[in-house]
Formats: sequence, C-alpha cells, structure tokens
Amino acid sequence: MARITAGLATSHVPAVGAAIDLGRTGEPYWKPVFAGYEFTKRWIAEHMPDVVVLVYNDHASAFSLEVIPTFAIGCAESFAPADEGWGPRPVPVVQGHPELAWHIAQSTILDEFDMTIVNRMDVDHGLTVPMSLVFGQPAFWPCRVVPLAVNVVQYPPPTGHRCHELGKAIGRAVESFDADLDVMIWGTGGMSHQLQGPRAGLINREFDTRFLDRLVGEPEALAQTPHVEYVREAGSEGIELVMWLIMRGALRPDAREVHRFYHVPASNTAVGHVILENSAPPEAATRQGAQP
Amino acid sequence: MNDYSEAFKDIPGTVVFDATHSRLGYHLNMFCMSLMKAENRAAFKADERAYLERYPMSDAQRQAVLDRDYNRMLELGGNIYFLAKIGATDGHSFQNLASQMTGMSEEAYKAMMVAGGRSPEGNRSIAERGGER
Repeated sequence: MARITAGLATSHVPAVGAAIDLGRTGEPYWKPVFAGYEFTKRWIAEHMPDVVVLVYNDHASAFSLEVIPTFAIGCAESFAPADEGWGPRPVPVVQGHPELAWHIAQSTILDEFDMTIVNRMDVDHGLTVPMSLVFGQPAFWPCRVVPLAVNVVQYPPPTGHRCHELGKAIGRAVESFDADLDVMIWGTGGMSHQLQGPRAGLINREFDTRFLDRLVGEPEALAQTPHVEYVREAGSEGIELVMWLIMRGALRPDAREVHRFYHVPASNTAVGHVILENSAPPEAATRQGAQP
Repeated sequence: MNDYSEAFKDIPGTVVFDATHSRLGYHLNMFCMSLMKAENRAAFKADERAYLERYPMSDAQRQAVLDRDYNRMLELGGNIYFLAKIGATDGHSFQNLASQMTGMSEEAYKAMMVAGGRSPEGNRSIAERGGER
C-alpha cells in the first residue's frame, strides 16, 4: 500500500518565485529567505517521494469567478505553469499522477467530501513556488504531483475544521491505494499577510509562531479557529493558513517536527515553513514490535 | 450568513470578498480576468475607456479603473487577485500596489516591511479604536 511519509508547509510568495527565476537569491534581501530552505533541499534528497499531494490556492489564474470550486483535485496527466500576466514561470511542466488522483477523488467523495474533479488546469505560483523552494531549478521535477486547489479567494472559504477533516480523509485514501508509493502532502500559503486596503502589510509574528506550535501539537484545537480570527490577526490573505490544516490532517497525531523556519519579510508576507515526518502506521509498528 | 459577514466589518482597512462584494464586482473582476491575454492588454492600453465599455460595469467602477484607485475598486467589489492584473498590465509589482493602497510611498512601505511589517496592535478592531475605520 502507499504511505504518507511526511508533511511540509511553506508560504508561496510570488516574489520568491521571481527572485529564483531572475537569479537574485544571493542578494542581501533574499539570502535569509532561501537560507531557511537549505535544510529542506538536503532533507528532500534523502526522502524523495514518488508523489506529492500539493495543497495550494489558485489566484484567479485557472479559476475566475465563473466557477469557484471549494476543493478541486487535479486528475490530469500534466499541468502547465500558468501565465499570470508576466508570462509563465520558466519552470518544468508538472507531471500528475492520474491513477492516485482519481483514487483520492473517489475515496474522499465516498467519505462525503464533495470534491471537484479537474482534468485541465494550469497551475500558478501557489503550486510552483513551493516546488522551486524545495527542489531548486531542475530540468524536470523529480516527482509527480497531485494538485489540490482550495478556494480561499471567495468568502466563505472552507472552515479550518473541514480542511483538517479532509486531510484525514486524504490520509485514509492514500493508505488504501494499492501501490508501493511514498507520498508526501504539502500545505502552502500564509503566513500572516495582507495585500489589500489601508491595512496592507500587516504581519503578526506572535500569531504565526503560535499557529506553528499548535499545528504540530494541537491541530484539533487549532482547527476550531474561526475565519474572522485569521483575518483580524493574520491579515486578509492569512486565511490561506487553513490549507496547512489539510496537510496536518493527513499525518498521524504524533508526527514529528524536523524543521521550522520563519522570516519577515518576503515582499508583503511573513514566510513560514515547517516539515513534519509521519510516524509509521499502526500495523507496521505492530509488525516491527513483533520482531525479535 | 449575515452574522458571518458582519463580523468582518469590525476589522479596519480591510474588505472581505464576500457574497455581496462578489455580486457587485462580478463584471469588474471579469474585466480584470480578460487582461490575462496579451491581445486584451494591448487593446485596453490602446483605449482604456473604449475597452471598459465592453463590460457591463457601473460608471463608478469604470472611473475607479481609469483613476487606478485601488481602494475604490475594492469598495466596488474588486478582488485584489483580480485587480492585480491591472497592476501587472501597468508593469507594477504587488508591493507597489500595496503601497498605493496604504497611501505610502513604495520606499516607505518597503522599509516598513523590512522592519517587520505593520503591527496588529491598534489595527484589529474599529470598535476598539473608537470607530476609526
């Protein structure tokens, strides 16, 4: 059976993608941002997954206001980088995993999550910037990706609780997929930031730190946070943090934090990043325990 | 539903893109979406007024676009991710747009961010700060 080996969360700031694409990562402004991902690059090389379920939000690229799916799972063979008004990012086409994606869609729908199935979708910086932060600038991405786009643009977005529960359902789906696959789940977006109005530029380090602590240690309680608290405390775009709860829900409660990074600013945003290694499934633990 | 949307209105300097705003701003945002295509960007730049006539927007919405008054566009139902496409058409970064909406120079805004960003202290609640929006 497939297994979820780890979860990873990171901000997906578009300016970070531009800094990578334009070769500016060594500049004094950007250097501290990328330093936080050096551990990650070594870690991923040692723990390369076969597939990443990548939770992100589209920013009026693939979805306009014509159709607004709350949870949309990408079941296509591949996903092209979107043109967000500056031309597509110079990154490889993302290779999907249609068989696993369809399995997750079927399993979660039967688990009573009403997923939207997407067979054609360009992917914007929300998906490709995390890929660049973790994998650098390869000619081909080193693993397959199942994109999971979450609406956090049109209110109401899904509740944190619903996201956390969906994560659990994705965990069940992956671990019932009959193939020997190492699967990671990534949650992206956040942390505190506000891009609009007179309050633009809001950053709340205290909220972000506590969010990271509770994401690791008490996700069930964290998932009860109402939308208005995200907007008040973490800025109007801080609401993206609900997507991190999908990642957390797919991992077991005792998943172990192996890396954390926090930096202000990248453009308008607080950059947060955390890696959690999943514990072994209960059956495997029993089997190991039974060995002499 | 009403209580849900009402709760956000106490947050200063912030427009939440709820059902009311989405209905109000549908055509404004769909105009912005059209700027994803290079030929539409060129047509808009060639004659902004004529291009805006293609979309059944209010006069106030059209004027806000012509004025590049982003806070007004937000009030009239614009969503920031859609409005950013106007900024991209003008060659402006997101940080530039953010500085415009705060009434700061881009340099001053950038310096505020490097110094840790805008503090939530005093920026959480209109009621708590005596009604100042």
